[in-house]
Amino acid sequence: MSTYDTLRHFADSWMLLFLVLVFLGVIVWAFRPGSRKDQDEAATAIFRNEHSPARDAADAAEKEATQ
Amino acid sequence: MWDYIKLVALGLIAIFAAIAANFAHDVAYQVHAFLILVVATVMFIISLRRTGDIRAPAPAGEYFDSVIRYGVVATAFWGVVGFLAGTFIASQLAFPSLNFEWAQGYMNFGRLRPLHTSAVIFAFGGNALIATSFYVVQRTSAARLWGGNLAWFVFWGYNLFIVLAATGYILGSTQSKEYAEPEWYVDLWLTIVWLAYLAVFLGTILNRKEKHIYVANWFYLSFIVTVAMLHVFNNISIPVSIFGSKSVQVFSGVQDAMTQWWYGHNAVGFFLTAGFLGMMYYFVPKQAERPVYSYKLSIIHFWALIFLYIWAGPHHLHYTALPDWASTLGMIFSIMLWMPSWGGMINGLMTLSGAWDKLRTDPIIRMMVISVGFYGMSTFEGPMMSIRSVNSLSHYTDWTIGHVHSGALGWNGMITFGALYFLVPRLWHRERIYSLSLVSWHFWLATIGIILYAASMWVSGIMEGLMWREVDANGFLVNSFADTVAAKFPMNVVRAVGGAMYLTGALIMCFNLWKTVTSVGAKAPAGAAIPAE
Repeated sequence: MSTYDTLRHFADSWMLLFLVLVFLGVIVWAFRPGSRKDQDEAATAIFRNEHSPARDAADAAEKEATQ
Repeated sequence: MWDYIKLVALGLIAIFAAIAANFAHDVAYQVHAFLILVVATVMFIISLRRTGDIRAPAPAGEYFDSVIRYGVVATAFWGVVGFLAGTFIASQLAFPSLNFEWAQGYMNFGRLRPLHTSAVIFAFGGNALIATSFYVVQRTSAARLWGGNLAWFVFWGYNLFIVLAATGYILGSTQSKEYAEPEWYVDLWLTIVWLAYLAVFLGTILNRKEKHIYVANWFYLSFIVTVAMLHVFNNISIPVSIFGSKSVQVFSGVQDAMTQWWYGHNAVGFFLTAGFLGMMYYFVPKQAERPVYSYKLSIIHFWALIFLYIWAGPHHLHYTALPDWASTLGMIFSIMLWMPSWGGMINGLMTLSGAWDKLRTDPIIRMMVISVGFYGMSTFEGPMMSIRSVNSLSHYTDWTIGHVHSGALGWNGMITFGALYFLVPRLWHRERIYSLSLVSWHFWLATIGIILYAASMWVSGIMEGLMWREVDANGFLVNSFADTVAAKFPMNVVRAVGGAMYLTGALIMCFNLWKTVTSVGAKAPAGAAIPAE
């Protein structure tokens, strides 16, 4: 078989399966139990550290926007 | 030590540019060599005067905002240039006598059209993306931009790329690939600048003090990485001479066409969609003062979008030498894109739930909302046009142009305007925007302009498509090509009027932003007079 055929068959079998599993994994990851807290923390990151960088992780999480 | 390396490098570049200008085989290359000679010489002199100076270390306790201010100015400037070029070539299509005899070969439609597309996509859109990504990645990572002056290199390097590209088109240097017209040496320069951009962005994310990488940064990062990959693969070419702009593509025939539209459609998917979605996920929640509607949805939106978009390119090549299975694949992935696109649109719009009243009072959020609305509209229209049978009617007609502009003017333009109105008071520490009623004027001029543009192009495109396929009882074509050109005249005029309104809105914005910086009182330092809570 030519390189084209080999790659083509690989792409529409194992690679396809792999990418579908990765995608399903992402969905499971997003909906995993206990993800809500992390996601809320990420979603509100835009309201912290508006004016200056944080010194460390604890500082970053504390600073609320001062507008 | 670094100063000396820089001096040697700049000196060598200047000398090589002088040699290149001398031996140049074509005008575009010669002009570019002179331009690089001037830039390198000026930078050499500036660096020389600064050599050995003791420089204060970058303030670690502040964000790196000066480069973003430059980016905001460049975005507004290139926006006006790009809209002006667009309005002019739209007028040329309506009134061909605007292809002036004295400017033949420089300012005719064929030369100015790539100038317009590159000015709006890469100059206006690109500067907006670089500036906003630098702003967003710092705030959401709680860290200063990584790499010190590398961010300045990215800004100036990118704008040098734009000047090289634009002057090249006017002087006839092009590799004839849509949205990838610049020739080999300009491509190489962009590759260097883009890798520096990736380094600054990624370095900042790695330095982050926040635990999570905010979703906007995911979108920006996918845009930077994918554009790097697309740009390199679509521009693999061998220069005919090192002293000339002409190069020969390594791919040929249908492989070249497929590579080009894999690039071309992902320029839409990752440059104009993923990058601008990064803007949406930061600026819409910030302006609405509430977090994004569903963070879960944003994660799925991101992965679904990037998994699907990369395959959609072949729908540009229906009824060509491309095998049917490939164009069917492109079509199916395009249709599947309805899901993530509308998921993202819903996520953006629903961020306003509970704050819809802001639409009445805040023209900036109105601008962002209509932009997300246009995103939904054009991502509905696009998959529909990718269906082979619809495409047989729409392809090569004005419908395509109408579709592109409802996306570009509506989605990309409006979200960028919203971001500029958001950024200018913050970056220049002003209390507010100079005039909200001027923002309203901008909003309505732009919106009505887009509607005129899109509606006239729908009518014109469908008419054109139907005229081309009309056959009489004996199977002969009824209309000649010139018949369709004549029939399109009124729609072409309406389109030019729509473009002029959009341009007027942008000029009003520039005035408003200028007055915001010069005439609005400075904002009191944060926390100055706030009692302890």
